[in-house]
Amino acid sequence: MNTNIQEIKDLSIGFKSQKGKQISILRNITTNIRKGETVGIVGESGSGKSTLALAMMGYIKHGLFTTGGECLFKSQDLLSLNNKELEDIRGRKIAMIPQNAGQALTPNLKIGYQIEEALKLHTDFSKAKREQKISELLNQVRLPSPSIMALRYPHELSGGQQQRVAVAMALAGNPELLLLDEPTTGLDVTTQAHVLELLKDLAKDTGTSMVYVSHDLGAIAQVCDRVIVMYSGEIVLEGPVRKILKEPIHPYTYGLLKSIPKLSLSGLPDSMPGSQPQPGNIGSGCSFYDRCNFSSDECKFKVPELEYLSEIDTSVRCFNHSELISKTSEQKITNELKKEIIIDEILDLKDVSISYAKQGIIDQFLNKVTDTNPTVKDINININKGETIALVGESGSGKSTILKSIAGLLKTKDGYIKFNKEKLLSGDLKKRNSDDLRSIQLIFQNPDESLNPNHTVEQILSQPLKLYFGLTGNKLKSSIAELLKKVRLGAFYMSRYPRQLSGGEKQRIAVARAFAARPDIILCDEVTSALDVSVQAAVLDLLQKLKEELGTTYVFVSHDLAVVKAISDRVAVLYQGRLCEIGPSKDVYQFPSHPYTEVLIGAVLEPDPDIRPKLVAEDIVEEKPPEIGCSFQGRCPRILGDKCRNETPPWQFGDNGNAIRCHIDIEELKIQQS
Amino acid sequence: MFFLIFKRFILGLVTLFIVSLITFIGVEILPGDACTSYLEREAFGEALAACIKRLGLDIPAHERYISWAYNVIQGDFGYSLSGQMQINEVLGPRIKNSLVLASAAIIIGIPLALILGIITALWRDKMPDIIISTVAIFSMTIPEFISATLLILIVAIWLEWLPGIVIVPTDVTFFELLPNIILPVIAIAMIMTAHMARMVRSSVIQVMASDYIQMAILKGVPYWKMVFKHVLPNALLPAINVVALTIAWLLGGVVVTEVVFNYPGLGRLVIESISNRDLPVVQALGIILASIYVSINFIADLLTLMLNPRLKTLQTRK
Amino acid sequence: MENLKNIFNENPKSSLEKVLDIISTMASKPSGFIGLAILIFHIILAITSPWFAPYDYKAINPSLMLNAPSSEFWFGTDSLGRDVFTRTILGGRTALTITFFGSIIALLWGGLLGIFCGLVGGRIDDVVMRIVDAFLSIPWILAMLLIVSLLGTTTEVLIPALGFFYGKGIVRVARAATHDVIAKDFIVSAKARGHSNISIIWNEILPNVRDAILVEGAMRWSWMLLGFSSLSFLGFGVSPPTPDWGLMISNARGLMSFAWWAVIAPIVGLSSLIIGINLTADAFAKALGIDRSTKAPV
Repeated sequence: MNTNIQEIKDLSIGFKSQKGKQISILRNITTNIRKGETVGIVGESGSGKSTLALAMMGYIKHGLFTTGGECLFKSQDLLSLNNKELEDIRGRKIAMIPQNAGQALTPNLKIGYQIEEALKLHTDFSKAKREQKISELLNQVRLPSPSIMALRYPHELSGGQQQRVAVAMALAGNPELLLLDEPTTGLDVTTQAHVLELLKDLAKDTGTSMVYVSHDLGAIAQVCDRVIVMYSGEIVLEGPVRKILKEPIHPYTYGLLKSIPKLSLSGLPDSMPGSQPQPGNIGSGCSFYDRCNFSSDECKFKVPELEYLSEIDTSVRCFNHSELISKTSEQKITNELKKEIIIDEILDLKDVSISYAKQGIIDQFLNKVTDTNPTVKDINININKGETIALVGESGSGKSTILKSIAGLLKTKDGYIKFNKEKLLSGDLKKRNSDDLRSIQLIFQNPDESLNPNHTVEQILSQPLKLYFGLTGNKLKSSIAELLKKVRLGAFYMSRYPRQLSGGEKQRIAVARAFAARPDIILCDEVTSALDVSVQAAVLDLLQKLKEELGTTYVFVSHDLAVVKAISDRVAVLYQGRLCEIGPSKDVYQFPSHPYTEVLIGAVLEPDPDIRPKLVAEDIVEEKPPEIGCSFQGRCPRILGDKCRNETPPWQFGDNGNAIRCHIDIEELKIQQS
Repeated sequence: MFFLIFKRFILGLVTLFIVSLITFIGVEILPGDACTSYLEREAFGEALAACIKRLGLDIPAHERYISWAYNVIQGDFGYSLSGQMQINEVLGPRIKNSLVLASAAIIIGIPLALILGIITALWRDKMPDIIISTVAIFSMTIPEFISATLLILIVAIWLEWLPGIVIVPTDVTFFELLPNIILPVIAIAMIMTAHMARMVRSSVIQVMASDYIQMAILKGVPYWKMVFKHVLPNALLPAINVVALTIAWLLGGVVVTEVVFNYPGLGRLVIESISNRDLPVVQALGIILASIYVSINFIADLLTLMLNPRLKTLQTRK
Repeated sequence: MENLKNIFNENPKSSLEKVLDIISTMASKPSGFIGLAILIFHIILAITSPWFAPYDYKAINPSLMLNAPSSEFWFGTDSLGRDVFTRTILGGRTALTITFFGSIIALLWGGLLGIFCGLVGGRIDDVVMRIVDAFLSIPWILAMLLIVSLLGTTTEVLIPALGFFYGKGIVRVARAATHDVIAKDFIVSAKARGHSNISIIWNEILPNVRDAILVEGAMRWSWMLLGFSSLSFLGFGVSPPTPDWGLMISNARGLMSFAWWAVIAPIVGLSSLIIGINLTADAFAKALGIDRSTKAPV
């Protein structure tokens, strides 16, 4: 009997470029999905993983076409079926859970209708039975009060809820194979952990085969039995999850795993040079040749075949994989951060609160304070020269808001920000003098948005140089070349436009622009979250090197606790615009910690199938901080009762230097958490 | 939601108020007042004095504006110099005739535009799309006086199927009017349909490329069900406002078409009153045409608000 | 240092090269090629036609009234015995000139006011947009006719009047484009660095709204030509005996049951020019990556 539910044979997919050249996105993919197993497909953006997942449903995007191979679902080639036949398979036999459920749910139709539609198409239930089934499904994906939920429109739900609805919709047809395309990307850390938990339980309960597509090895490690690693349109490694994640025998996977920051390790992860080649730019040899540390001459001209090693049930596409087997046991990080912080305060945030609420005309006239509950409140942070302080929290925690107010883009409502111990920084950008402006520079999350698309790299970098130092002519040019060198880019990048650069290169330009001002402080707003993992490590490494060289202070905002742990000296944890905990990063990650920090750390997904996340709090989305009491009262798993609801918690200091804002006695927390 | 509707309504009224100011000030600052313009060389002596008295030109401008605006709100537009009668009497039958013409064009145009727009979008870059889109580009770019003239030349003169020029008194019944309006309606509907079909097309194409349509396909929703349930409601919603703007804009084009066909509607009244330099009538027409424009947009806003669940719940929640 | 110098010589594309790039992209599609070809043909015709027009455009000859096309008079003669071919090849000059300069005026004031409104926002923006809305709600033809009838049909009146009435729509487009750009991080970044407002507008905003405004301007040109011809047709454009297609159509229309040539020639001339400009504007928009079919013609 055939135990494979889907067999992909020699599948190639490509498109025609504007010049009529045929460019391939997937090349000779051959693999099987077995009944009842969960297979992870992992790769960076552009590796072709989503295209492969869609092909598994017989769906080829507009503009793409297959250039060979077949996609057999139960021995039936999906790519040769007509639309009518596919309609019977899609949703009923194979269902998809999309990446961004917020955009994948039709906006004008109610949740209930969209689930019922799937039921109508794929079951012969009566109307009453269908309604009952909708409630059942919504219950199954753990959505509260299904009958009310069914009457809502997609935009009325939070991101996590939308994702759950998408899961319910996929389950409606009772499919034999479930495809998940980055189902948790874009969700907050705690929500992501909860959705993954749900998916894992569903796989166990229903026995459905699953294909889980993701760039996140942490998520893959949690749910998958087997992993397929893709690189620029090819499978480079395939095998059982433990083998792949613990003893990767392909140089790419090996490098990728080393480049992921982990909670269990301290210091910066190793970085991989370069970036994945664009489709159409792949040389004649191995596609990973340019970035590989293990390459031989053979790799340059010959494409390695996918080789099956029966003793470890793994397929690998590499000539030199045997060299790696000995290497993989060592998993130590050597790039410990240099930690020589002189206690010399550079920035002092005192009782800062920031409000987005606009005052009405009448209140303005009467000079009335209307907003008693500002977005950000009571922020007290001292930042020392040369340190990296991280602000951590989920979306809505106010971390970027604080950054903006330091930069002078938002006025503080109360409190002050002091620079270099004596200078008060005005909340109004126009009132800051040129030197203060120069001293504080910003790097943004998304370089696509932060670099002017109509400027060349030269124009972009000349802006701060002209503004602050009045450079012109050849002096300007050589300064720009020097800056590019600093961020490890050649001077020939000068004439390029942002659209001609890869994501990592763009972010390097943004870094160069910030350093052009020779600032004392650089504010980094989620600077690596738009980048691929292998590129992220390189950018983190660059930031660290520049800091060691120039003594710059970083204020580093991120939602990713592992990244924060890797780069920062101190961490401040924020929830709903209020500080929960602050301290040296090595201590914040140890107990006792604030219950919210505990929740965050518990939800981190490590790329290791043996480390499971601990889910301690519900992933409710709160829209507003509570007026009185502790900011975390709504979700705290250790809530004491009225005291937490009515009184602002006091600061308590742990033995190892971290400060926690909580009503629970710190000794008590220590006992509870250990 | 009611607040939003109310707000749109007030904004419409504010726009109309500004329009009344513009038309009034416009007529004031242009050289010559209503009487000297109208009487031209005879603008002296008794005739001029009578005219000035008649229009109240002897009182200060701001007072005149207030009394004029007050009368307009009451529905009284004043006195037509060329017609020697109340403007309301001149306007009545003209509005009726234009309304017949415009509504006939809209009734034909909108459904046709929807169908053509959807067909061209669904068969994008295939034969039906290429043919319809090419015809659409021609019919929307060629000025209405050219297409109208060609229609008369071909249908009325060469083929002799329909009357080319409308020769009817201003107060005919609807059925007497009917054969006469076929050509003008075609001329107007052609341009309108072409514009709207193009917008519908691009809106549908945009929605077809969205994540939720891909999801619907992957869910196994049959093609036509997907088109009607998932695509069209989302594609047509944003098109409503643009369609309204197109209709309103075409009011200007109707003027020319009415002249070509000698049709006794508001458009020809525009030309007549300007040729006669009958400024009170011009002012009245300005206000009326602007009100039509504002009302069409207001209706479009209402429709969008009522049909868009996003806007509906956004307001009730806050 | 030596190789650094070489790198400095590798200049980014000059603006002329960029323009040529855009034109070649436009011409690479059949519709864009046809549009450009028609437009260029018309422009060359308008510039050179006075030198090769076979007859005097204003010579009235009662004995030659309404002659059918012949080898002597290629397009026949009109009701005053004037050569239709001569008048047709000359008939686009006034319209092209007036609308071209009108479009530039529309582009300038509409673009600047729109960018200004997008930038300042708040109350000033509200008030200006209300007024623009009010102007949009008065049919352009009523206002234009009024102005022309009271001030005359001279070029000095027509160009600014057309420029004003067709600039209103550009205000909206420029404002929307500015609004989109202003929220982007690169503007925030420039603000945080402390650049002056003028430098931000010039360096960061203008290059990013320029395309949208130019496309809108190209569109306006074709609408304006349509509007101007309508005015001529109604007798409020150029004054006789200047040859103009709109006016020629209007004059010959009454006699078209027996002298169709006098009306067909100017119709072909005007239609082809408008279609040419339209196709060009479309191709221009596509070459710059802007979809103009979603816009209302206001």
